[in-house]
Amino acid sequence: MAKMSIEDLKRIKGKTSKETSLRTGAASIKITVHMGTCGIAAGAREVMNTLMEEMAQADRQDIRVVASGCMGMCSSEPNVTVETKGEKSVVYQKMDSNRMRQVFKRHVLLGEVQTDFALARI
Amino acid sequence: MREIALHVMDITENGITAGSDIIHILIDENRIKNLIKVVIRDYGKGMSPEFLRSATDPFVTTRTTRRIGLGLSLWKEAAKRCGGDFSIESEPGKGTVVTATFRYDHIDRAPMGDIAGTITILMAGNPNIDFVYDHVIDGKRFTIDTRELRGNFEDPLTDPALLFHLKKHIERELKKLAGNE
Repeated sequence: MAKMSIEDLKRIKGKTSKETSLRTGAASIKITVHMGTCGIAAGAREVMNTLMEEMAQADRQDIRVVASGCMGMCSSEPNVTVETKGEKSVVYQKMDSNRMRQVFKRHVLLGEVQTDFALARI
Repeated sequence: MREIALHVMDITENGITAGSDIIHILIDENRIKNLIKVVIRDYGKGMSPEFLRSATDPFVTTRTTRRIGLGLSLWKEAAKRCGGDFSIESEPGKGTVVTATFRYDHIDRAPMGDIAGTITILMAGNPNIDFVYDHVIDGKRFTIDTRELRGNFEDPLTDPALLFHLKKHIERELKKLAGNE
């Protein structure tokens, strides 16, 4: 039996070097990774993995990441939507780890929309 | 889908869409019995007997964006072509249980894949859903229950650094269960 104990948790907590942030406050940027069957088959999990790595490094409390279902554009999956408060949302297409890193560093952190991978503004 | 873990993610998302606030994921790998069993249980809105009959038909879906739904059909086919079996039990208002079995040593069986990534990313993307992840290898069990994690942990479970460590923890424990360490 290898149940995760409270001691395990505390150990993990001890290893978590960065001050962890409560992501319950108002989010100014929401990143949605579309994870329907089509997205998952096309590699959405790896995209999400990369996004989580970038999030851990950036340590920004106003960015929220969520998973959602298929948006109906299966041929352009994996799709990622970046919603910034007060701006039009940008849907990115055919994402992979490298594209996700670029979108995160340039668009999410600096506000430069990466038109090369953008599918639509909605 | 190249991994069993990716199917698990996909079928679990179905349960989330069905409005379940907790999902049970059981993976039972038994090399002695030459069998892998994957059970995904949700407590969402369930399916009517009529819909249930056609749930694995790729041309039947509840979504409105397209008329094709492949998740359950692919999962069923993956099990069937590996000498395994597939079943769905569902009741409106109660939830759904999807069970798939695979012959462990079947040449066409997809590898388990990154199950630790699947579990932690499900947690990251669905902060309001609880997951009970049970992984049994040859009778030895490892469990993660996010309700326990929440109760004893001051930080939210979506914290990327925490999830990273949790992922490593799951990978280590699975290695131990499999006896590769």
